Formats: sequence, structure tokens, C-alpha cells
Amino acid sequence: MELFNGGQIALSNIKVLAVQEFRNRILESCHAAARLVNLFGNLEANGKIRILAIMGMDEDAELEILSTIISPESPQYESLTKDLPQAHLFEREIAEQWAIRPLGHPWLKPLRYHSNYRAASDIWKNIANKTIPGEYPFYAVDGEEVHEVGVGPVHAGIIEPGHFRFQCHGEAVMHLEIQLGYQHRGIEGLMAGRDLRRNMLLSESIAGDTSIGHSTAFCEVVESLTGCSISARAQAIRAVALELERLANHVGDLGALGMDAGFLPTSGYFGRMRGDYLNLLLALTGNRFGKGLCRPGGVLFDIDAKMADDFCFKLKKYREEFKDVSDLLFARPSVLARFEGVGVIALKDAKEIGLVGPVGRASQLECDVRINYASGMWQFQHVPISLGATGDVYARALVRNQEVLRSLEFLLRVLPSLPAGDIFAAPGPMKPDTLAVALVEGWRGEIMHVGISDAQGGFARYKIKDPSFHNWFGLALSMRGQEISDFPLCNKSFNLSYSGHDL
Amino acid sequence: MLKILKTRFKQGCRTLLFPKTPAPALPLRYRGRPVVADPSGSVDLGEISFNPDSDVVYSNDYRMAVSKREDLILFHKRDMVLARALNDRMLKIFGRSLKLRQVSAGGCNACELDLNVLNTPVFDLSRFGIQFVASPRHADGIVVTGPITKNMHEALLKTYEATPDPKLVIAIGGCAISGGIFCDSPQASRGLDTIIPVDLFIPGCPPHPLTILDGLLRMLDRLEKHK
Repeated sequence: MELFNGGQIALSNIKVLAVQEFRNRILESCHAAARLVNLFGNLEANGKIRILAIMGMDEDAELEILSTIISPESPQYESLTKDLPQAHLFEREIAEQWAIRPLGHPWLKPLRYHSNYRAASDIWKNIANKTIPGEYPFYAVDGEEVHEVGVGPVHAGIIEPGHFRFQCHGEAVMHLEIQLGYQHRGIEGLMAGRDLRRNMLLSESIAGDTSIGHSTAFCEVVESLTGCSISARAQAIRAVALELERLANHVGDLGALGMDAGFLPTSGYFGRMRGDYLNLLLALTGNRFGKGLCRPGGVLFDIDAKMADDFCFKLKKYREEFKDVSDLLFARPSVLARFEGVGVIALKDAKEIGLVGPVGRASQLECDVRINYASGMWQFQHVPISLGATGDVYARALVRNQEVLRSLEFLLRVLPSLPAGDIFAAPGPMKPDTLAVALVEGWRGEIMHVGISDAQGGFARYKIKDPSFHNWFGLALSMRGQEISDFPLCNKSFNLSYSGHDL
Repeated sequence: MLKILKTRFKQGCRTLLFPKTPAPALPLRYRGRPVVADPSGSVDLGEISFNPDSDVVYSNDYRMAVSKREDLILFHKRDMVLARALNDRMLKIFGRSLKLRQVSAGGCNACELDLNVLNTPVFDLSRFGIQFVASPRHADGIVVTGPITKNMHEALLKTYEATPDPKLVIAIGGCAISGGIFCDSPQASRGLDTIIPVDLFIPGCPPHPLTILDGLLRMLDRLEKHK
């Protein structure tokens, strides 16, 4: 079944395949031009679990959706991961959420340490009462002079919690395993139900640094299910906010990268400049992270001519400042020496593990939702794709740098000529028993929300995928063969979300 | 080298003069301390999400930090009791040098990021002798964000215990204060003060950096009395 970004389909119209055929079709598509965008379970009324796979054909702007049924009497199926590494985390998630065992999964370990959603016995005994990473079966390397380094969950800086376990030989890292789950708040569970107002607020707190990205995706799901089409003006304001969010985070990341390369001037300047963009979001939405802007049916805050002028004036100034400081960073031999050739991910590996967003583009993966699955404002105002060539820290920095300039250009083009119209129109009730998808290119990459409505006007199931879910394994991979002192730099070059992963 | 100096000159000094002069005006749409219009109504700053589509009416006032949980509940026409200074003994120890360890316990990263902002040249937190340190053993207190998830509960307690006495505990953001929008989740707590005693509550979703700075400075008695 084909679907497009922002599209919907009645649950009964989604093809149900036999398990083996389901598996073959996914492998076939993903070994050709497609990519696994989502794979998750949903409890059917009859107590069976339906596994849904969504694949993206990036070149055709199309999504393909397939499903299969797993019966609770025999909660298992043949794992995809052994033939399709990008399914790795999705299958661990299904195993934890639905107590279904993917047979032959090479790395079947818990993800977020909670009991399953269907009150069956868990795959991992007593999982909900265990603490992380206490009994987590870390991959270990044995041998003389081999040692293990454990970091976290409480880190040195002001950052989110996660546990990193390095297997080292001297300074060289042979393997890094990342155990997350500390931030697990049970958002998907809270999202199921009829309280759409609370859902809206929850979507803004999936990853606070991506409030606009995730809240836009939530709104698009509800709008798709209610058949509500928002005005061009509201679409434009959402796009403006999304780019401001991207600017703030990319600029901040470039500062942090400079810091970890030991070049302090740029980190101070970029750190402050990041705040400039947050302050624009504050002026627009009343919140520095844009919470409160997007609502199903449009946006709550308008940009009048005076504000648009003011934003353009400031953005032009910020662009000059940015160029100044970015020249300083990228012309510095000591910085380049730290960036180049560190944490390389080859295009082949990036494809195989399914990287998304700027991190994927740094390895030449040509996918940007704004271009490949353009919806809303992006259908009318294009941004060119920013690609890196080398897949290293340098490429990841360079892609961000390019995206900053292109976002600024986009804003300066859109702000002076915002389309006319109302910014908000309340949506009607949701179509029952229907599945809707929304893709948004957040600053970290592809965000996907999938909402499945029930017969009472609420959600039976709400699936959230933060781009970090694809990319965490990329960070682990980038550390292979690096020195352990390269970790902070590699980590910053990915800057992934813990809360977006843990949900 | 010349280029570095040139950029340095162009960037200039960006540090706020606050608290020597009043804080810069915040934009009109900023949702700060609520105003209770209903004579019999009240608003609990620790529970609201500061969202625009609620019944709460917001003012532009960023000052919202308090020392006691009950002070977060605002009533009609009643002055808010903002954070009090520490007692003399504690001020003598921490007043001029305060080292804090941050623990993110289920936060969405917004509170964490705006805490980090205090270390940018604009706020330059270290000019007040306040610093975030890497180890709880080096810290005088902990700053907690997030609804304290089940998976972070133990790590939080260990960090708390590793901090030497006397120590301060600061809860930042609605989630840490009451569980916030996650308060119905079986994975979240109902607030930090149900787990360990809290000395300073800074509400918001997330609180503006000025709100956090104002709270810290009030606690350390570093604000002029008239402000």
C-alpha cells in the first residue's frame, strides 16, 4: 500500500501478509531503493499483535506500508536484523513493548527497561524492576591489556543521562556500546487516549530541543485524521519556526565542536549566537523552545509585518556574524586537524545502518524530508540539500555550516512575503480506525509520528520516532578504531537526543 | 591570530549588566509569572505547563523562584513570596562560591539547555562564583531537571549521597517540581521533594535563564534589596 507524507489509510486497507512474505517483501524493498522508516507493533481488538512496517522510497517521495499478524500464542518471528541491520533497534523495541521474540536477532537486549504493553510475561525476566545498566549484558572483549571504560549515566556536563561502555586496547577503542533508557517517561503510553490537549503538550516535550519538529509532526497527524487543511500562512509560520530551531541547534553544535577541538573563541561566540535564534523563537511564541506555537489546525501566534521586518533585519546581522565566526573555525589548522578523518562513517555503512539527517548527509546519503517528502511550505519554497563527502567529524560540521546558511537564506526569502490568511481553524473529529503518518525534517533528521485512531475519537496507538533512534548506532560505529579521547568530538558531531530515543 | 583578535573586537562584550541594572525587557509574548484574576482562584506554578492555550493569564515577570513548595501557589492579589536567602551559616559557606552538580532525570533537555545558557558570555554565571562541576564529590549541591524517571531514581540518589554535607538541592522546571505533564505516567515521580528535601524551586517549561539566575542570586543573597 502506498502512502505519502501527511497521508492516511484505513487500518482495514493495510495489506496483511503472512509473516514470511512480510519479511521477504521488506528485505526485497530495503535491499533495492527503499529504507526502513518505521517498524512497530499495534494491539488488535482480538488480542493479536499487528506488526507494521513503513518503508521510504526517497526518490519517489512515497511510503510503502505493510503489516503482518503475530498471535499471542506464538509470540515470535524470524528476525529481520540479521539480514537488515537497520531493523536492529526497531526489533529490540518490539521485543520489549510487545514481548515478541525476533528469532535469531544478533543483539537482543532491552532498550528502556519497562514491562510490555500487553500484560504478557516479558522476554527479560523482571525487567521493570531492574536498574540500568546494572545487569545489562555488555559486549566485552577479553585479553591481556584490554580494559573497559564505563561512563554515565550522570555525565560531567549538563547533559542527559546515558551509559557508554568502551572496550579499549590502550587508547584505541575496539567497541563502544551505548545503553540508554534512563529518560524513559512512557510518552507513547500517555499518548494513547482521548486527551488531545495533553498529547499536544507531550509532543512538545518528546525532545525539548526539537519542540517545533515534534509538535509539527503531531499536528500533521491530527490534521490528517481530521481532514483539516491548514492555511498557507500557518504552514509558513511553522516552517519559519522549524528553521529557527534548526539554526539555534546547528549553531550551538558548531560551537560545541570548536570547544571539543580545543578552540575556545568560536565556542563562546557560537554559544551566544545560538541564544539569538532562541530569542527570536521567544519573540514569536513566548517560549525559547517554541513550545505553544503549533496546534492542530494551525498556529497560535502570527508574524505581523513589523515582526517580519524586525526578524529579517536581525537575521541579516546574525548571518554576517555567523560567517565571521565560521570562517574563524574552518580556517583554523588546529581545528581541521582534529575534525578531519575522525569518526568516519562510509556511505555503505551509513546506508546499512539507516542513518538519517545531517549525520547521514555528511556520509553522502541524499535524504532530507524537506526535499524528498516535501509537505506544507516546503512544496513551494525549496532548500537545496547539503551533502558532505567524507563522513567524518569535518563533514558533519560542514553540513551543519551549510544548512545554517541555507536556512537563513530560506527565512530571508519567506519572511517578507508570508502568505495571507487565518493562522488557525479548529479541526473536527478524527476519522476512526485510521492510520496517519507525518514526516518532518527536524534539525537532527527525520522525525516520524504515526497515529492510529480508535472508534471514540482518540488514539488507540501513537508511535513516535525521533531521528536519534536511527543514529545512535552510528555514533557507536564511528568510534571503532578511534582513540578514546576522540569520543567527545564524535559525540558532539552527532549530538543525539536521549529523551527522543527513550520516550 | 590577527583574525582571532579582529573577531574578538567585532564581537565586543556581550555580558548582561544584570543584576547591577534591571534585567532586559522580555518580549511581550513571553509567558512569565501568572496573574490570578479570579478572587477565589489559585495557580500552582509547579504544575502548570506555561502553555498559551490554558485558562492561566501570564504576566511578563520572569521572577518565580521560591524556597518552599507552597510558595509556588499563587492567589488573587497576594504578593508572591520569592526565594529567601540562605541562613547566615550557609551563606558563609556558599555565598561567594557555589559548585553545583546537575542531574538530568527524565528531562526533555529544554531545562538542561537553558541551564547551559547560563555559562554563555551573556549570563557568565562564573562571575557570581557559581559553577557547574563534573563530580558530585566536588559539589555543594545538586540541580535536578526532569520528572525523575524510574530508571534515573537510583542514579539520582547515588549522586545526592555522593555530595558532601551541608548540601543544597535545586529543582528546575515543572517536571522536577511535580512530575509536570508526566505526572500520570507510571515511569515518573510526583516531584523531587517527594524523594529528597528541596531548597529552591524554579518553575517553568523550561524556566527562562533569567528566572534561574534570579533564583540562584536570591538564594545567595546577591540581589540588591530593592529588586
